[in-house]
Amino acid sequence: MLTKRIIACLDVRSGRVVKGVRFVDLIDAGDPAELAARHAAAGADEIVFLDITATHEGRATLIDAVRRAARQLFVPFTVGGGIRTAGEAAAIFDAGADKISINSAALARSELIGEIGATFGAQAVVLAIDARRVPDRPISEAEVFAAGGRKRTGRRAVEWAREAESRGAGEILLTSMDSDGTRAGFDCELTAAVSEAVQIPVIASGGAGNAQHFTQVFREGKADAALAASIFHFGIHDVRALKEELQRDGIPVRLPC
Amino acid sequence: MRVAVIDYQAGNLASVVKALRHLGAEITVTERPAEVAAAERIVLPGVGHFSATRRLDETGITVAVRDAIARGTPFLGICVGMQWLLEGSAEAPNQPGLGHFMGRCERFPEGKLKVPHVGWNSIETNIVGPAMFRGLKRIEYVYFTHSYFAPITIFVREADGEWHSAVSADTEYIQPFAAALEWGNVFGVQFHPEKSGETGLRVLRNFLEWRPC
Repeated sequence: MLTKRIIACLDVRSGRVVKGVRFVDLIDAGDPAELAARHAAAGADEIVFLDITATHEGRATLIDAVRRAARQLFVPFTVGGGIRTAGEAAAIFDAGADKISINSAALARSELIGEIGATFGAQAVVLAIDARRVPDRPISEAEVFAAGGRKRTGRRAVEWAREAESRGAGEILLTSMDSDGTRAGFDCELTAAVSEAVQIPVIASGGAGNAQHFTQVFREGKADAALAASIFHFGIHDVRALKEELQRDGIPVRLPC
Repeated sequence: MRVAVIDYQAGNLASVVKALRHLGAEITVTERPAEVAAAERIVLPGVGHFSATRRLDETGITVAVRDAIARGTPFLGICVGMQWLLEGSAEAPNQPGLGHFMGRCERFPEGKLKVPHVGWNSIETNIVGPAMFRGLKRIEYVYFTHSYFAPITIFVREADGEWHSAVSADTEYIQPFAAALEWGNVFGVQFHPEKSGETGLRVLRNFLEWRPC
């Protein structure tokens, strides 16, 4: 039976793992390669690096971290953050990533999705969407933000997900900006709206705090995978303990892992 | 162990190469028939479109692989590389496969479940105990990403004229399908062993260590 994926996400800045609450207040959490290996050993189904510096110097340290992490990873490995061109994506694939995730650059020029897919395959292109609900409006009007959540785009998340799929994206990584870092649960309504609008897998992100939240986003949110960062880093949970709890709840997960 | 990993300009070979090197193999990434012919093991990866296999015909790799298989060189096809072992695929109906195994790939039907099939799914190996799953449990989890699949009715015709099932492991998504094929020195996996953790590494190691009995 196809299982629900638990994805460990590492926010990387200047070669170190950090995690913010609602995109600010960054705190240091360790070496990315070491943490990636630890999460994989604990049963993470996939590892994601999100580079939140995306400056020129930051990019060089990121590639180095990707290369070091990839050496010991034999599960799918996705890298995103600040990728603007197919050439930049190629450098990250070359360092050992299996998939790249793109966000602002695809919003600026959606052809980029197909350009990367043409060389590396659709399965290698993850479109990341940062979305926020619009007060007093239906969920279908949730808005997409660019530039790490700083810039409004006026686009609707559901429509953007559909367009990305038609342009050849292989998966959608959907982050609820309202929930991110709160540990109060995923935005199940938003996730379901996007997941039901597309055929490609949707990875829910933002708000993981306990196992119940994962169960909810898989059941009510119709998510194919769920991503969490901060809950794993400080020993609050490890992936295996989370999966055991999900299995008791009747969610299909890869166990033993 | 000298392993030729065939490059046919279809996607990212880095992960396959890395996993095989991790297991101690000496890798040549090549699209030259002579290098394929000289290898002790041949791996055909694939994350692209079935039509990309046309390049194998154009470069002479198809002939080199057919000859190498006939000489007994172990061959492993991964994902589209496995599908290529069949007669063809609905993904590119005019592009023939190698035709080593009888059968054609089909697309998952549209319905309640999403297509592509992406993620970790359980596979069940056949009762005979296939060589490529040696040391593993009957049921294991492996990583898939694909929209086309080989049916569970894939056969191989032996020299004695007898037909045998080539399916060494099956799985289910929307419907049952072949997760792995194996007959003699020819192996195929629809999943990605290079991305399937310790289970996948064991499959690759079994391939590298395989000897005819």
